[in-house]
Amino acid sequence: MRIRHHPILDFSAREPLPFTFNKKIIAGEEGDTIASALHAAGIKELTISQTYHTPRGFFCGIGKCSSCLMRVNGVPNVRTCIAPLQKNIIVERQHEFAALPTAPFTGRGKRTITTDVLVVGAGPAGLCAALQAASHGANVLLVDENPRLGGQLIKQTHKFFGSLQERAGTRGIDIATELEADIKKYEQTGKLTLMAESTVIGAYEAAEGYRFGLVKRINYQTQLYDIHCGAAILACGAMENMLLFPGNDLPGVYGAGAVQTLMNVYGVKPGENVLMVGAGNVGLIVSYQLLQAGIAVDRVVEAAPVIGGYHVHAAKLRRCGVPIYTSHSIQEVYGESSVEGAVVVQLDSHWKPIPGTEEDVACDTVCLAVGLTPSTRLLSQIGVPLEYISEAGGFVALHDDTMQTGKSRIYVAGDASGIEEASTAMIEGKIAGCAAAKALGYPVKPETLALFKEEVAKLRAGPFGEKPRQAKAKIEAKAREQHA
Amino acid sequence: MPEYTRTGVLTRHDLLQMPTDKQLEKGVAFIECVQEIPCNPCVDACPVHAISMKDINAPPCVDFDRCTSCTKCVGVCPGLAIFVIKVKEDKAWITLPYEFLPVPAVGTCVDALDREGNSRGPGKVTRVVKAKKTMLVTIEVNRSLAMDVRHLRVQA
Repeated sequence: MRIRHHPILDFSAREPLPFTFNKKIIAGEEGDTIASALHAAGIKELTISQTYHTPRGFFCGIGKCSSCLMRVNGVPNVRTCIAPLQKNIIVERQHEFAALPTAPFTGRGKRTITTDVLVVGAGPAGLCAALQAASHGANVLLVDENPRLGGQLIKQTHKFFGSLQERAGTRGIDIATELEADIKKYEQTGKLTLMAESTVIGAYEAAEGYRFGLVKRINYQTQLYDIHCGAAILACGAMENMLLFPGNDLPGVYGAGAVQTLMNVYGVKPGENVLMVGAGNVGLIVSYQLLQAGIAVDRVVEAAPVIGGYHVHAAKLRRCGVPIYTSHSIQEVYGESSVEGAVVVQLDSHWKPIPGTEEDVACDTVCLAVGLTPSTRLLSQIGVPLEYISEAGGFVALHDDTMQTGKSRIYVAGDASGIEEASTAMIEGKIAGCAAAKALGYPVKPETLALFKEEVAKLRAGPFGEKPRQAKAKIEAKAREQHA
Repeated sequence: MPEYTRTGVLTRHDLLQMPTDKQLEKGVAFIECVQEIPCNPCVDACPVHAISMKDINAPPCVDFDRCTSCTKCVGVCPGLAIFVIKVKEDKAWITLPYEFLPVPAVGTCVDALDREGNSRGPGKVTRVVKAKKTMLVTIEVNRSLAMDVRHLRVQA
């Protein structure tokens, strides 16, 4: 299931990392996560539903869901999709709700870090926020759950839209590399500290500023940290949406982003023949990237009567011969232990299935590209006002035009502040980074913030910017109401 | 809503500009980008300022007389929506962005595909240039296909 030849990426063989899975030796490779190595070996069944006792595969591929929890070297509930593979580890499926072990969590007291600005999430928004805050003189702690920096940029093999200032025409993967190099520069000066494989698990108000609980993963075990900061920027990203239909938990039904991670970051094929559900930009882009990886895309189905993504993305796919069926949706997925096929159906103008239009699609993979939901758990925990804004993709933290939430010096940026795309996420991150530095007393020229605000407004000015424009208008208006 | 928002395929009346035969004989960049999307790298890529935009969301407009058919915009367009078209007598040469493997070799024969991925007959590869990781492949087809062929498939 390995991709060895790719038009954009280099997936030549890497150092072998053999490991044990359920007492069998599996050949992993340097750079794999546990889940990617298992997929490469054809093992899609990672967990078993504790309620239905049915097989489960991963869904999100970026550590946001619980579909890949396994026992590693005796430690239960390891999120194998973001756990880097090590040589000779012992991986096992969990057949029951795993009891928490006591040994790895005790006897290693907590450690304390004090910083000016904590940035949670090293995706496009978080990286830009950290860079801006550091460049204005603030001390920054940047944390991310994943082993690699860049968030979802590291799987974006396509060239970005937008303006030259936001690196339009450059591939997402190359933007990630450029931003990483900038981060390393600040790391060397001591202004910025980076903590990968670290999850913020709690957010609290403190006598001065805020406190965050964090666990850093070291060799599948954890170390607890107590973070004290003056300001925090929560750029936690988003979670892919699930769709309700029979069979949606079969291994082989994946979030489109998870498939993109598997093939573009780890060089592993999700399957050989894919049904894509959703013709927004994510569905269209991932379909094209599947073709680039040598994987067949049977068709794209879209419940709406029109294609939601950019026409240019649809055109790329159509000229490769991939059909796009609007007013069509998935009805069910079937298979014994993984996907063997799916049934799609045409919808009427009220989005109801039209009987008799069912069609069987032979496929081993179903990708769901049906939108994202902002990740707001930390924001919710710290108690900033949240509101359901449908144009933003769900509950979001109310914030002003400097990205500050209802709590002073708590900022939000990127998809966590409302679903949009990477170019605007980067600018939102810059705004939040500047605003946080300014709030802590570091000098920031007013024109710097004004320029970023102008840039983001320009990117949102067209018809495709209508939804985020409405979302932000509602969010800012409600924030003003709250404030008054 | 225009039909292409349902099909993903442009028809001739969706295209905002059409070069004259004379301009085609000289060779022009032909941009199939009809929606208002926030994107402008083609404007910056053009060394002779032949591509303009009212603002970053406006569709690009090509000054066909000024365009030198240099292909710089083809490799930079994130939407892979720019083609350079040149015609002479009964032949047309289409330079298209190609991001697949294998890359066809100069002199070989490929399937020339239209906007729906249908084969419209053979195309001869006359030039292959690398623009970072995007290959710019020029194929020679029958002149009558100049406004239809937009992709290629390497023959097995």
